[in-house]
Parts: sequence; C-alpha cells; structure tokens
Amino acid sequence: MKKANRIITLLIFVFLYAPMAVLIIASFNVGKDITQFEGFTFQQYAEVFRDRSLLTLLGNSLIISVLASGIATAFGTVAAVGIQGLNPRMRRTVMSLTNIPMTNPDIVTGISLSLLFVFVGSKLLGQRDSLTFWTLLIAHITFNLPYVILNVMPKLKQMDRSLVEAAMDLGCTPLQSFFKVTLPEIMPGVLSGAIMAFTMSLDDFVISYFVTGLDFITLPVEIYNYTKKQLQPKIYAMFTMLFLLILVLMVIMNLLQLRQDKAKNGHRRG
Amino acid sequence: MKKNKSLLLSGPYIAWMVIFTLIPLCVVLFYALTDVDTGAFSFGNIENLVLYLPAFWRSILYSVVSALICLVIGYPVAYYMAHCRPTAQRFLYMLVMLPMCMSFLLRTLAWVGLLQDTGIINNFLEMLGLPRLSLIRTPGAVILGMVYNYLPYMILPLYAIIVKIDNRLIEAAEDLGCNSIQVFARVVLPLSMPGILSGVTMVFVPAVSTFYISNKLGSTDIVLIGDIIERQFKQGDNANMGAALSLLLMVLVFVCTGIMNRFGSDEEGGVLV
Repeated sequence: MKKANRIITLLIFVFLYAPMAVLIIASFNVGKDITQFEGFTFQQYAEVFRDRSLLTLLGNSLIISVLASGIATAFGTVAAVGIQGLNPRMRRTVMSLTNIPMTNPDIVTGISLSLLFVFVGSKLLGQRDSLTFWTLLIAHITFNLPYVILNVMPKLKQMDRSLVEAAMDLGCTPLQSFFKVTLPEIMPGVLSGAIMAFTMSLDDFVISYFVTGLDFITLPVEIYNYTKKQLQPKIYAMFTMLFLLILVLMVIMNLLQLRQDKAKNGHRRG
Repeated sequence: MKKNKSLLLSGPYIAWMVIFTLIPLCVVLFYALTDVDTGAFSFGNIENLVLYLPAFWRSILYSVVSALICLVIGYPVAYYMAHCRPTAQRFLYMLVMLPMCMSFLLRTLAWVGLLQDTGIINNFLEMLGLPRLSLIRTPGAVILGMVYNYLPYMILPLYAIIVKIDNRLIEAAEDLGCNSIQVFARVVLPLSMPGILSGVTMVFVPAVSTFYISNKLGSTDIVLIGDIIERQFKQGDNANMGAALSLLLMVLVFVCTGIMNRFGSDEEGGVLV
C-alpha cells in the first residue's frame, strides 16, 4: 500500500512539474517555438535585462503586493483585536462578512469591484478613466484582508487573556500592552497572514485584470496580454528566474524552520 | 467602555468590508436589473440567463469531475506526505506549494505546447512510430487543465487533516480486528472528511469560474460560464448581461459551499458521537 502511494506521489509530482520543466527548457531555446528545441542560448536572459520592460512590470507587481499586504496586515491585525472583543453575535456577522471574498469566485470579486469603481468614478465623479493604480490597490487590500484576519483570529483566541490584564495591572497603557504582550503572542499568525496576502497579491491575475487601469499594469496582467498575441520567449527566461528565486526562498525558510525545531528539541532534551 | 473600544478598533474594518464587498455586490445587482441600452429597470437580463444555461451546466459538470479527479489522485499523495518523516513532509509540502506561486497563465500555456497537434507529446509519439492523437481542444484537455491548476488546493487541506489523525485510533481499529481496507473506510476516511470537503470546495470554486483554461485548452464550442462573463465585460460591452451572469454564478457557488458546510457540520457531529 505504502509502495503504491509512493509511486502515485512520484507520478503526481512529475505531472505538476512537467509543464514548468517545459517552460524552463524553452527559456534556453534559440527558436521561438516551445515545442521545438533548436539550440541552447542565454539570449532570452540577456533580453530580459536589456529591454527592461518585464523588470518594470515585475517591479509594479512588487509595489502593489508589498503595499497591499503591508496595509492589509496592519489594518487586519488591529481589526482582529477589535473583532475578538465584540459580542458573539456581532462577531459572527463580521466573520461572515470576512468570508464573502473568500467564498466568492475571483471573477465575481473582480467584476463587482470594477463595476463599483466605474459606477462611482464615471457616474458620480464624472471621471473618464475611473480605473487607476488606486483602484488596483484598494482591490488588493480588500482580498488580502480576510487572509490576515483568518490567520490572526485563531492566535488571539488561543492567547491567555490574563496576560493582557497582568500587563495593565503592572502599569502598561492599552497601547503598551498591545505592543509588548499581544503582538509578540500573535506574531506567528500575523506573519503567516502577511506572507499569504503577499503571495496572493503578487500572483493575482483575475481580480487585477478587471480592476486595473492603463496607467499601472502588473506582470500577470501583461503576461495575459502577451499570451493573446505572439508570446515573446523572454517571458520564459523571466519565469525561470522567478522559479529559482521562489525555490531558493522556500528552501531557506525550510532550513530556518528546521534549525529552529532542532534547537527547540535540543532544549527540551537538555 | 471595553465594548466601545472593540467597536472602535473593528469599525474601520467593518466599514471597509461593507464598502468594498457588500456594496459592490449591490452594484452588480443594480447592473443586472438594468437594461443595457435604456438604463431603465428591467428583468430582461435575468430572463436571458436561460440562453446561457448550457454553459452553466458544462461548467458545473467539468468542475465537479475535476474536483473528483483531484480528490482521487490527491488523496494518496496527501496520505503519503502525512506519513513521511517530518523533514520530508516539510520538503514535500514546499514542492506542492511551489507551483501555486508560479504564473498559472504560463503553466497553462505550457500544456498547450505539450498537447497541441504538433506538440511535445505528439512529437514524442511519432518518434516512437505511434499515431498522433488529437488531445487539445477536447473536454478532456479542459478537465486536465483544471486538475493540473487546482490539484495543490486539494492536496494541502487533505494533508493538514490527515497529518492530525491520531495513529492510536488506527492501531486500536487494527487491534479490534479491522483489516487495512476496513481501517481506511471506517477510521481514516471519516476522520479526513473535513479536509475532503474543504479540498473539494477549493477546487470547485475556481474551476467553475475559470475563463483562461477553457479558452486555451478547449475548442470554440467548449464555452464555460467564466469565458462568457469575461467576454461580456472585456469585449461584448454588455456589462449588464455580464452582471446578471456573475450574480447567478455567485448564487451557485454560495449554494454549493452552503451544502458542503452543512455536510461538514453533520460529519463532525457524527465523529463526536
């Protein structure tokens, strides 16, 4: 049984990684066609750095995802503390509100926000281009917030309430007790919420596609525009570099976690 | 005093979510109930939804099939992962996560390269002296694309649940004379139900509303509801019809996840008893 599972797992990983391998191989291809390998070259990589348009788009994606996840994390963490203190009925209502963007398909979220922006922008404010960088940012913050809330709330629930009371008894102001007691205690939740929000933002195509204006375009949206026309092979080089970057980041995070676990175990044993 | 502070802290968030999730849905409803040309109140768009029912059924069918395939092939993977050494578990978890971080547009495009008539698979078949197959522009290709893109959303919640199953329960079942199939059917499977339900939902929702996968891998007559909505907004200029379709899609998804949650709480109750 275990052997069969191992074989299935191996096959599934081949299935998951084969298309990415195709893209990586295509990044070294002399020819433009993904299906025919005509010779090895680094030309596409040189092109990415020479032409810079893809780098600018990646920069745009990073700006939007850092800003949106940063704002959502700060905003969401404070909100979670507030929600925790609400009465149960009110809390349930707020949590269902939080769940709307999580359950709604991305396309519906994107369209509803885009209709709101166009409605307010063109009908109420009389703007010509109602979709801008700011609407994109608002949309990203909106779909990032639930990830922060849903990661922070369980940590708040686990936290010992008497710790905060103790801090206050010892003379902390509410603000001090938040920064010195609550925040360190819920930090793992805040961090995982922030990371999730960041990756969701960075890779988001569907929602951005509907709310983005012409003045500020992110990498996924432009890749979509490219795939409708003739795809430029330098995109494969970009893909490969991002793949390596994310792989390295994930390995580093894993190793850090491993070391932390080892230290903890060693401590416990000692 | 304390209550007021909580409201003060959560108030801005509540206001934000009302303005940017609830009100936009009201705007969708408003557009859906408005005529595209005259801007007057009308049920025309809602009545016209009937025209798009075949696409709706197709979307539901394809995404249900995809979710089931993901479950069948994802379960052994999640089970295997959960029974590895902790270091290996973490490594495998990372390998499942990694594709989710990469552009799904390009990964889907890679499938076009693999499946097309002069694609990599067909070239390979020809090299072996086998006949070429027509793979792309079939329902199978669309379902393959969905399974490929959303499989990690099935594996991760399944793994998270299976890894928490207490091994002693399995041992107890074995001690009481269950064979391995009975252990699986009576202990492991019921306990992994919450993971199955959230995995199925997480595959079904994006699959039923996709527009890129069917666009690239399907033929022109395999039109899914997502394709139609995208066209209404980006090419067709009938945002009102698109709004009506989005509304129907949203209702569909809420009903489906509602049924799933209902299932879920029943199951949990069952396990507790």
